[in-house]
Amino acid sequence: MKYDVILIRYGELALKKKNRDLFIKRLVKNITEKLSTYPEVSVTHPWGRIFVELNGVDYQPVVAKLKEVFGIVGFSPAWKIESDLQKIKAKAQELVENQPPHVKTFKVISKRTNKKFPFTSDQLNRKVGGMLLAKNPHLKVDVHQPDLKIHIEVRGRYSYLYGNVIAGPGGLPVGVSGPVMLLLSGGIDSPVAGHLICKRGGELWAVHFHSYPFTSEQSKQKVIDLARLLTRYTGPIRLLVVPFTEIQTQINQHCASSYTVTIMRRFMIRIAERLAKKYGCKALVTGESLGQVASQTLESMGVVSAVAELPILRPLIGMDKLEIINLAKKIGTYETSILPYEDCCTIFLPKSPKTKPQLAMAEKQEERLKIDSLVQEAVDNTEIIHIKPDQQQQEFSYFE
Amino acid sequence: MIYLDNGATSRTDPEVIAVMTQVMKEDFANPSSLHALGGKAERLVKQAREIVADLLNALPNEIVFTSGGTEANNLALKGIAFAYKNRGAHLITSKIEHPSVYEVCKQLEEWGWKITYLSVDAKGRVDPAAVKRAITDKTVLVSIMHVNNEVGTIQPIQEIGQILKDYPKVFFHVDAVQSFGKLPIYPKEWNIDLLSLSGHKFHGPKGVGALYIRRGIQLSPLLTGGGQEQGIRSGTLNVPGIVGLAKAVSLAKQKQMEKAEKVFQWKQSFLSRIQDQLRNVIINGDTTQDGGSPYVLNLSFPNLKSEVIVHFLESEGCYVSSKSACSSKIEKPSRVLLAMGLTPAEALGSIRVTMGFDSSEEDLATLADLLVSIIPKLQQMVKGQKK
Repeated sequence: MKYDVILIRYGELALKKKNRDLFIKRLVKNITEKLSTYPEVSVTHPWGRIFVELNGVDYQPVVAKLKEVFGIVGFSPAWKIESDLQKIKAKAQELVENQPPHVKTFKVISKRTNKKFPFTSDQLNRKVGGMLLAKNPHLKVDVHQPDLKIHIEVRGRYSYLYGNVIAGPGGLPVGVSGPVMLLLSGGIDSPVAGHLICKRGGELWAVHFHSYPFTSEQSKQKVIDLARLLTRYTGPIRLLVVPFTEIQTQINQHCASSYTVTIMRRFMIRIAERLAKKYGCKALVTGESLGQVASQTLESMGVVSAVAELPILRPLIGMDKLEIINLAKKIGTYETSILPYEDCCTIFLPKSPKTKPQLAMAEKQEERLKIDSLVQEAVDNTEIIHIKPDQQQQEFSYFE
Repeated sequence: MIYLDNGATSRTDPEVIAVMTQVMKEDFANPSSLHALGGKAERLVKQAREIVADLLNALPNEIVFTSGGTEANNLALKGIAFAYKNRGAHLITSKIEHPSVYEVCKQLEEWGWKITYLSVDAKGRVDPAAVKRAITDKTVLVSIMHVNNEVGTIQPIQEIGQILKDYPKVFFHVDAVQSFGKLPIYPKEWNIDLLSLSGHKFHGPKGVGALYIRRGIQLSPLLTGGGQEQGIRSGTLNVPGIVGLAKAVSLAKQKQMEKAEKVFQWKQSFLSRIQDQLRNVIINGDTTQDGGSPYVLNLSFPNLKSEVIVHFLESEGCYVSSKSACSSKIEKPSRVLLAMGLTPAEALGSIRVTMGFDSSEEDLATLADLLVSIIPKLQQMVKGQKK
């Protein structure tokens, strides 16, 4: 079937008026950017509604793209037709004819903002419903739980007609909550954490710690790939790659092996925070889940968080590994995450890291290191990679 | 020269050739090698994979590169058959599939599988309701092509996918070799589990194709070895071929919609001219915009031999096909046309005209001129001979 427009529904209307306008503006911007590969498509927002005008483009790939835009609660591919009873009836019949066989009951839901239209909503419901019953003997009306809801909105000269609403991803539009800095390792968890923060309106920056030559170029590429996969939902990401070899070497040489993981994490937080402040991010985000590994016990998190001033958000904190894996599969990062390259967390891993480190001990161990200059040096040598959702940013230009 | 046998194969696009030569010169390393050159080749393949996946609205790791359409079809059918045989050993397909599906089914029959070959209507279309009726609790796989290679009829893939939603254990394979790159197809949205495609049908290189495998499906590999392509298809990756395929995809993407519209118009005026000016001609397949591929035309001239027509046209510099190239050297009426209800005499006199992105309106107009002048003479000769 060919549709004319897609009606976008968004939720969280409890937001205050001023926020609501910002919310809609940002959502329209995000949708427009998402659909920029379809120059024919235009996004409009009259009367507090958002419409995607298809202008001849097939709706299915557009719907697939819209399913990746946070803030959309649902959408309805719709026809734009003249506000004329015969034409409305004809379209309603066409909609019914294109339903899968399990559709046995329906309900017509009309709305009329054009008061010049000669029928009230209730009259329109009855006229269209009556016609459908007469023409389609296998259908019945069910006003409570119909298989098919037929929506008719009589606007001005034109009316919109559409069937059941397709669910969207929900959440808040990316960007409305402000920028955040995600610690992105290359494992399964951190991309999922970034995804969830963006679902609540975060705008994503990511920091990755790279220990070349202990970790390979492939492991860096893997993180770039993960970030690119995330952009389907999050929009553009600024990825900061921090040279971490020197710090890891120093920790390894000067600190007790049972504390190396704790101290390494404290360095990561220090660097991430300094970068976050430099670029205006309001919080740090990690993929930690309570008790999952030695560094994710309450004690470890306490000792690590002690170096941070910004809030550390841990969206996965209450999730089981299996739940995280399922989500990673759903958003498409899992297969990349499990590629077998060394990352900086695994190479200097001691045999028995402390599961209950003490703050005083950690601080004492760190006295042997020039913390500030190590952190500053890492920050100064950080590489910024802009990762955009489109394909144009690719390494090879063969396909342009 | 007028080349109208794009269903057999298409002319490799010069841009594809340029890219492939460059890759052979510069990115020759094995993508499986650990060093930087290997890494570069690996990233190149990855980018190519993303481009192919993107046209299907799929994920990159749902694409496995193969040596072409035949291997993709073999991998889909046998890969499922070997991996899921314990679910039953029943497969549903149609009477009009390409030999790389049809003959695999024959082979599976020898291995104890029960195969249902669905009939088609006079337009060459499978009835979705017949698919539903054929499903039993032993059914493992349904394999139906998207666009038929001989007559161009578009199969109701979306409807069949919709039906199969109620049978989550039945896999759905679509041979999209004739449609991929030319007509839109969306496996996820249409509930397709496996989809075969081939490079050389849309101006890419020969010897490369791919199988879309929906995430979560475990196929049994046909080729084992170094574990490339997630272990599903071992063998050193054909990097220039894969890059050439992706290049052809990105070119097709730009042309797809616009070209189909134009080609459909040319086809319509060609057909109306043929029907006006020739007698005793049958138009095979569905020629409506939604019912048939605009790129494919199939005509029957009862009592004439297609071979004769093909050679006559060839002598005028115009290349078309008698049925599909894969089977055209055998003097046997087309299995597909017979399944559509044509008589052997009608089926033996069929020619197939298939356009590509480089075909023009004049190509078809010239072909019409040639047919209008040749066919009545041939028909006269045959008449004289018989009586």
